[in-house]
Amino acid sequence: MQIELRILRFDPEKDQKPHEQTYTVEAGPMDRVLDLLHKVKYEQDGTLTFRRSCAHGVCGSDAMLINGRNRLACKIRVDQLKARRITVAPLPGLPVMKDLVVDMEAFFAKFRSVQPYLQADSLDPDRERLQSQAERAVFDDTTKCILCAACTTSCPSFWAQPSYVGPAAIVNAHRFIFDSRDDHADDRLTILADRDGVWRCRTIFNCTDACPRGIHITQAILEVSSRIVEHQA
Amino acid sequence: MLFRYRGSEGMLAWAFHRISGVAIWAFILLHVLDIWLANVNPPVYNDLLSLYGSPIGRLLETALGAAVLYHALNGVRIVVMDFWPSTTRYHKQLWYANWVVFVVIGIPFVLQIMAPAFGLAAPFSFGG
Repeated sequence: MQIELRILRFDPEKDQKPHEQTYTVEAGPMDRVLDLLHKVKYEQDGTLTFRRSCAHGVCGSDAMLINGRNRLACKIRVDQLKARRITVAPLPGLPVMKDLVVDMEAFFAKFRSVQPYLQADSLDPDRERLQSQAERAVFDDTTKCILCAACTTSCPSFWAQPSYVGPAAIVNAHRFIFDSRDDHADDRLTILADRDGVWRCRTIFNCTDACPRGIHITQAILEVSSRIVEHQA
Repeated sequence: MLFRYRGSEGMLAWAFHRISGVAIWAFILLHVLDIWLANVNPPVYNDLLSLYGSPIGRLLETALGAAVLYHALNGVRIVVMDFWPSTTRYHKQLWYANWVVFVVIGIPFVLQIMAPAFGLAAPFSFGG
Protein backbone atom coordinates (compact mmCIF):
# COMPACT_ATOMS: atom_id res chain seq x y z
CA MET A 1 0.00 0.00 0.00
CA GLN A 2 0.99 3.60 -0.47
CA ILE A 3 1.74 5.62 2.64
CA GLU A 4 1.83 9.39 2.73
CA LEU A 5 4.69 10.32 5.03
CA ARG A 6 4.62 13.93 6.25
CA ILE A 7 7.89 14.88 7.90
CA LEU A 8 8.63 18.09 9.77
CA ARG A 9 11.94 19.25 8.36
CA PHE A 10 14.37 21.94 9.42
CA ASP A 11 17.79 22.83 8.06
CA PRO A 12 19.42 25.46 10.30
CA GLU A 13 21.57 26.64 7.36
CA LYS A 14 18.59 27.37 5.10
CA ASP A 15 15.32 27.52 7.04
CA GLN A 16 13.96 30.18 9.37
CA LYS A 17 11.48 27.72 10.88
CA PRO A 18 10.50 24.05 10.43
CA HIS A 19 8.27 23.11 7.50
CA GLU A 20 6.38 19.97 6.52
CA GLN A 21 7.51 17.90 3.53
CA THR A 22 5.44 15.07 2.12
CA TYR A 23 6.78 11.83 0.63
CA THR A 24 4.87 8.88 -0.77
CA VAL A 25 6.37 5.46 -0.05
CA GLU A 26 5.34 1.91 -0.79
CA ALA A 27 5.01 -0.06 2.46
CA GLY A 28 3.59 -3.24 3.91
CA PRO A 29 1.62 -3.48 7.16
CA MET A 30 4.58 -5.01 8.99
CA ASP A 31 6.98 -2.24 7.99
CA ARG A 32 8.05 0.04 10.82
CA VAL A 33 8.13 3.81 10.58
CA LEU A 34 11.92 3.53 10.65
CA ASP A 35 11.74 1.43 7.47
CA LEU A 36 9.71 4.19 5.83
CA LEU A 37 12.24 6.82 6.88
CA HIS A 38 15.02 4.63 5.45
CA LYS A 39 13.13 4.33 2.16
CA VAL A 40 12.85 8.10 1.93
CA LYS A 41 16.50 8.63 2.82
CA TYR A 42 17.89 5.89 0.56
CA GLU A 43 15.57 6.27 -2.43
CA GLN A 44 14.12 9.79 -2.47
CA ASP A 45 15.94 12.37 -0.38
CA GLY A 46 19.37 11.71 1.09
CA THR A 47 19.32 14.97 3.03
CA LEU A 48 16.70 13.68 5.48
CA THR A 49 18.39 13.51 8.89
CA PHE A 50 17.41 11.33 11.85
CA ARG A 51 19.09 9.27 14.57
CA ARG A 52 18.92 5.51 14.74
CA SER A 53 21.36 2.91 15.90
CA CYS A 54 20.26 -0.60 16.91
CA ALA A 55 16.90 -0.31 15.10
CA HIS A 56 15.40 -2.89 17.47
CA GLY A 57 14.01 -0.87 20.36
CA VAL A 58 17.02 -1.21 22.63
CA CYS A 59 19.22 1.86 22.13
CA GLY A 60 16.47 4.51 22.20
CA SER A 61 18.02 6.67 19.48
CA ASP A 62 15.00 7.04 17.22
CA ALA A 63 12.35 8.41 19.58
CA MET A 64 10.21 10.92 17.69
CA LEU A 65 6.70 12.33 17.53
CA ILE A 66 4.74 9.94 15.30
CA ASN A 67 1.09 10.66 14.57
CA GLY A 68 0.93 12.96 17.58
CA ARG A 69 2.57 10.65 20.12
CA ASN A 70 6.15 10.03 21.18
CA ARG A 71 7.27 6.58 20.04
CA LEU A 72 10.33 4.73 18.81
CA ALA A 73 10.32 4.68 14.99
CA CYS A 74 11.84 1.18 15.10
CA LYS A 75 9.05 -0.25 17.27
CA ILE A 76 5.88 1.18 15.77
CA ARG A 77 4.54 -0.62 12.70
CA VAL A 78 2.36 0.75 9.92
CA ASP A 79 -0.52 -1.59 10.85
CA GLN A 80 -0.43 -0.37 14.47
CA LEU A 81 -0.92 3.22 13.35
CA LYS A 82 -4.06 2.28 11.36
CA ALA A 83 -3.54 5.20 8.95
CA ARG A 84 -2.38 5.74 5.38
CA ARG A 85 -1.08 9.17 6.36
CA ILE A 86 1.73 9.27 8.92
CA THR A 87 3.17 12.43 10.41
CA VAL A 88 6.68 12.45 11.85
CA ALA A 89 8.19 15.31 13.85
CA PRO A 90 11.11 15.71 16.26
CA LEU A 91 10.59 15.17 20.01
CA PRO A 92 8.70 18.16 21.44
CA GLY A 93 10.31 20.56 23.87
CA LEU A 94 13.96 20.03 22.91
CA PRO A 95 15.92 22.29 20.50
CA VAL A 96 15.90 20.92 16.94
CA MET A 97 19.37 20.58 15.42
CA LYS A 98 18.29 19.28 12.01
CA ASP A 99 15.11 17.57 10.76
CA LEU A 100 14.32 14.88 13.37
CA VAL A 101 17.50 15.30 15.40
CA VAL A 102 17.14 17.19 18.69
CA ASP A 103 19.80 18.44 21.10
CA MET A 104 19.67 15.97 24.00
CA GLU A 105 22.32 17.66 26.15
CA ALA A 106 19.86 19.35 28.55
CA PHE A 107 18.06 16.01 28.91
CA PHE A 108 21.28 14.16 29.79
CA ALA A 109 22.35 16.95 32.18
CA LYS A 110 19.13 16.34 34.16
CA PHE A 111 19.80 12.60 34.09
CA ARG A 112 23.29 13.17 35.52
CA SER A 113 21.95 15.57 38.17
CA VAL A 114 20.20 12.74 40.08
CA GLN A 115 23.41 10.73 40.52
CA PRO A 116 22.27 7.70 38.50
CA TYR A 117 24.96 5.30 39.71
CA LEU A 118 25.51 3.01 42.69
CA GLN A 119 27.00 4.72 45.75
CA ALA A 120 27.75 2.15 48.43
CA ASP A 121 29.73 3.34 51.46
CA SER A 122 30.62 -0.12 52.73
CA LEU A 123 33.98 -1.64 51.84
CA ASP A 124 34.09 -3.45 48.53
CA PRO A 125 32.97 -7.03 49.15
CA ASP A 126 35.04 -10.03 48.06
CA ARG A 127 32.22 -11.13 45.81
CA GLU A 128 28.98 -9.46 44.68
CA ARG A 129 26.79 -7.29 46.94
CA LEU A 130 23.99 -9.65 47.91
CA GLN A 131 20.37 -8.72 47.31
CA SER A 132 17.22 -10.80 47.74
CA GLN A 133 14.72 -11.26 44.92
CA ALA A 134 12.17 -9.25 46.90
CA GLU A 135 14.62 -6.35 47.34
CA ARG A 136 15.40 -6.38 43.64
CA ALA A 137 11.73 -6.53 42.64
CA VAL A 138 11.11 -3.13 44.28
CA PHE A 139 13.00 -1.29 41.53
CA ASP A 140 12.98 -3.87 38.72
CA ASP A 141 10.63 -1.80 36.55
CA THR A 142 12.85 1.28 36.54
CA THR A 143 15.96 -0.64 35.48
CA LYS A 144 14.47 -0.91 31.98
CA CYS A 145 14.96 2.75 30.98
CA ILE A 146 16.88 3.27 27.71
CA LEU A 147 17.06 7.09 27.95
CA CYS A 148 15.17 7.68 24.71
CA ALA A 149 13.56 10.86 26.17
CA ALA A 150 10.09 9.89 24.88
CA CYS A 151 8.68 10.31 28.41
CA THR A 152 10.22 13.64 29.38
CA THR A 153 9.37 15.27 26.05
CA SER A 154 5.75 14.07 26.20
CA CYS A 155 5.17 15.81 29.54
CA PRO A 156 3.13 19.07 29.50
CA SER A 157 4.81 20.09 32.77
CA PHE A 158 8.17 19.87 30.96
CA TRP A 159 6.85 21.84 27.97
CA ALA A 160 5.64 24.57 30.32
CA GLN A 161 8.71 24.54 32.56
CA PRO A 162 11.85 23.22 30.81
CA SER A 163 13.76 23.37 34.10
CA TYR A 164 11.60 20.46 35.41
CA VAL A 165 13.94 17.52 35.96
CA GLY A 166 11.49 15.31 34.05
CA PRO A 167 10.20 11.74 34.22
CA ALA A 168 13.33 10.03 32.83
CA ALA A 169 15.64 11.49 35.48
CA ILE A 170 13.17 10.58 38.24
CA VAL A 171 12.89 7.02 36.90
CA ASN A 172 16.67 6.67 37.00
CA ALA A 173 16.81 8.16 40.49
CA HIS A 174 14.09 5.68 41.57
CA ARG A 175 16.26 2.83 40.30
CA PHE A 176 18.96 3.70 42.91
CA ILE A 177 16.81 5.23 45.69
CA PHE A 178 15.06 1.89 46.13
CA ASP A 179 18.19 -0.24 45.64
CA SER A 180 19.03 -1.93 48.97
CA ARG A 181 22.76 -1.86 48.10
CA ASP A 182 22.89 1.92 47.72
CA ASP A 183 23.63 4.25 50.67
CA HIS A 184 22.92 7.67 49.14
CA ALA A 185 19.16 7.65 48.58
CA ASP A 186 18.84 10.68 50.88
CA ASP A 187 21.07 12.78 48.57
CA ARG A 188 18.85 12.01 45.60
CA LEU A 189 15.67 12.65 47.60
CA THR A 190 17.04 16.07 48.54
CA ILE A 191 17.77 16.82 44.88
CA LEU A 192 14.28 15.72 43.80
CA ALA A 193 12.52 17.63 46.60
CA ASP A 194 13.52 20.82 44.75
CA ARG A 195 10.80 22.98 43.15
CA ASP A 196 11.87 21.60 39.77
CA GLY A 197 11.83 18.04 41.11
CA VAL A 198 9.02 15.54 41.55
CA TRP A 199 6.39 18.11 42.59
CA ARG A 200 5.97 19.33 39.02
CA CYS A 201 4.36 15.99 38.10
CA ARG A 202 0.61 16.48 37.48
CA THR A 203 -0.19 12.76 36.99
CA ILE A 204 -0.97 13.31 33.31
CA PHE A 205 0.35 9.84 32.31
CA ASN A 206 1.72 10.93 28.90
CA CYS A 207 5.11 9.62 30.08
CA THR A 208 3.72 6.20 30.98
CA ASP A 209 1.88 5.99 27.64
CA ALA A 210 4.97 7.06 25.68
CA CYS A 211 7.50 4.73 27.33
CA PRO A 212 8.56 2.14 24.72
CA ARG A 213 9.75 -0.12 27.55
CA GLY A 214 6.40 -0.15 29.33
CA ILE A 215 7.79 1.34 32.54
CA HIS A 216 5.08 2.50 34.98
CA ILE A 217 6.68 5.93 35.16
CA THR A 218 3.95 7.82 37.02
CA GLN A 219 3.94 5.12 39.68
CA ALA A 220 7.72 5.49 40.07
CA ILE A 221 7.42 9.29 40.36
CA LEU A 222 4.73 8.99 43.04
CA GLU A 223 6.78 6.39 44.93
CA VAL A 224 9.69 8.84 45.00
CA SER A 225 7.30 11.62 46.14
CA SER A 226 6.06 9.41 49.00
CA ARG A 227 9.64 8.57 49.98
CA ILE A 228 10.49 12.31 50.06
CA VAL A 229 7.54 12.96 52.39
CA GLU A 230 8.67 10.08 54.67
CA HIS A 231 12.26 11.35 54.48
CA GLN A 232 11.26 14.87 55.51
CA ALA A 233 8.88 13.73 58.28
CA MET B 1 2.14 21.29 21.39
CA LEU B 2 -0.54 21.08 24.06
CA PHE B 3 -3.26 20.79 21.40
CA ARG B 4 -1.24 18.70 18.93
CA TYR B 5 -0.11 15.95 21.30
CA ARG B 6 -2.52 13.01 21.32
CA GLY B 7 -2.57 12.06 24.98
CA SER B 8 -4.96 9.44 26.29
CA GLU B 9 -7.37 9.40 29.25
CA GLY B 10 -4.73 10.71 31.67
CA MET B 11 -4.14 13.85 29.61
CA LEU B 12 -7.89 14.39 29.16
CA ALA B 13 -8.46 13.97 32.90
CA TRP B 14 -5.77 16.58 33.58
CA ALA B 15 -7.08 19.00 30.91
CA PHE B 16 -10.66 18.79 32.27
CA HIS B 17 -9.31 19.24 35.80
CA ARG B 18 -7.53 22.45 34.76
CA ILE B 19 -10.49 23.79 32.76
CA SER B 20 -12.96 23.05 35.57
CA GLY B 21 -10.56 24.61 38.09
CA VAL B 22 -10.35 27.85 36.09
CA ALA B 23 -14.16 27.84 35.67
CA ILE B 24 -14.66 27.48 39.44
CA TRP B 25 -12.14 30.26 40.06
CA ALA B 26 -14.03 32.53 37.61
CA PHE B 27 -17.30 31.76 39.40
CA ILE B 28 -15.77 32.62 42.78
CA LEU B 29 -14.77 36.03 41.37
CA LEU B 30 -18.34 36.52 40.14
CA HIS B 31 -19.68 35.38 43.50
CA VAL B 32 -17.51 37.88 45.38
CA LEU B 33 -18.81 40.57 43.04
CA ASP B 34 -22.50 39.72 43.49
CA ILE B 35 -22.23 39.40 47.28
CA TRP B 36 -20.53 42.80 47.26
CA LEU B 37 -23.49 44.13 45.26
CA ALA B 38 -25.92 42.79 47.87
CA ASN B 39 -24.37 45.22 50.32
CA VAL B 40 -23.80 48.30 48.17
CA ASN B 41 -26.72 48.11 45.71
CA PRO B 42 -29.51 45.65 46.66
CA PRO B 43 -31.78 46.41 43.61
CA VAL B 44 -28.98 45.51 41.18
CA TYR B 45 -28.27 42.42 43.26
CA ASN B 46 -31.92 41.36 42.94
CA ASP B 47 -31.81 41.90 39.17
CA LEU B 48 -28.69 39.74 39.02
CA LEU B 49 -30.41 37.00 41.00
CA SER B 50 -33.32 36.99 38.55
CA LEU B 51 -30.75 36.63 35.75
CA TYR B 52 -29.34 33.61 37.58
CA GLY B 53 -32.87 32.19 37.69
CA SER B 54 -33.41 32.55 33.92
CA PRO B 55 -33.04 29.47 31.66
CA ILE B 56 -29.56 30.60 30.50
CA GLY B 57 -28.58 31.33 34.10
CA ARG B 58 -29.72 27.86 35.10
CA LEU B 59 -27.74 26.34 32.25
CA LEU B 60 -24.63 28.15 33.49
CA GLU B 61 -25.41 27.00 37.02
CA THR B 62 -25.59 23.43 35.74
CA ALA B 63 -22.20 23.90 34.06
CA LEU B 64 -20.82 25.24 37.34
CA GLY B 65 -22.18 22.21 39.20
CA ALA B 66 -20.60 19.92 36.60
CA ALA B 67 -17.24 21.69 36.97
CA VAL B 68 -17.32 21.45 40.76
CA LEU B 69 -18.38 17.80 40.71
CA TYR B 70 -15.75 16.78 38.13
CA HIS B 71 -13.01 18.72 39.91
CA ALA B 72 -13.91 17.12 43.24
CA LEU B 73 -14.13 13.56 41.90
CA ASN B 74 -10.91 13.81 39.88
CA GLY B 75 -9.27 15.40 42.91
CA VAL B 76 -10.17 12.29 44.90
CA ARG B 77 -8.72 10.16 42.08
CA ILE B 78 -5.44 12.09 42.27
CA VAL B 79 -5.33 11.82 46.09
CA VAL B 80 -5.89 8.05 45.87
CA MET B 81 -2.99 7.72 43.40
CA ASP B 82 -0.79 9.97 45.57
CA PHE B 83 -1.34 7.82 48.65
CA TRP B 84 -1.24 4.45 46.88
CA PRO B 85 1.06 4.79 43.81
CA SER B 86 0.32 1.23 42.63
CA THR B 87 -3.25 2.38 41.81
CA THR B 88 -1.78 4.40 38.92
CA ARG B 89 -1.84 1.13 36.98
CA TYR B 90 -5.63 1.47 37.01
CA HIS B 91 -5.81 5.24 36.42
CA LYS B 92 -8.01 4.82 33.36
CA GLN B 93 -10.49 2.62 35.22
CA LEU B 94 -10.50 5.14 38.09
CA TRP B 95 -11.30 7.90 35.61
CA TYR B 96 -14.19 5.95 34.06
CA ALA B 97 -15.46 5.18 37.57
CA ASN B 98 -15.37 8.96 38.17
CA TRP B 99 -17.67 9.48 35.21
CA VAL B 100 -20.13 6.87 36.48
CA VAL B 101 -20.31 8.63 39.86
CA PHE B 102 -20.47 11.98 38.04
CA VAL B 103 -23.58 10.90 36.11
CA VAL B 104 -25.27 9.24 39.11
CA ILE B 105 -24.82 12.30 41.32
CA GLY B 106 -25.20 14.82 38.50
CA ILE B 107 -28.59 13.79 37.10
CA PRO B 108 -30.64 14.66 40.23
CA PHE B 109 -28.82 17.99 40.44
CA VAL B 110 -29.51 18.81 36.79
CA LEU B 111 -33.19 17.96 37.27
CA GLN B 112 -33.37 20.12 40.39
CA ILE B 113 -31.68 23.09 38.72
CA MET B 114 -33.25 22.92 35.24
CA ALA B 115 -36.83 21.80 36.00
CA PRO B 116 -38.11 25.35 36.82
CA ALA B 117 -36.75 26.59 33.47
CA PHE B 118 -39.18 24.24 31.72
CA GLY B 119 -42.05 25.02 34.10
CA LEU B 120 -41.82 21.53 35.59
CA ALA B 121 -41.26 22.70 39.17
CA ALA B 122 -41.43 25.83 41.23
CA PRO B 123 -38.10 27.59 41.80
CA PHE B 124 -36.56 26.78 45.15
CA SER B 125 -37.62 29.28 47.76
CA PHE B 126 -35.51 30.39 50.69
CA GLY B 127 -38.67 31.34 52.56
CA GLY B 128 -38.16 35.07 52.12
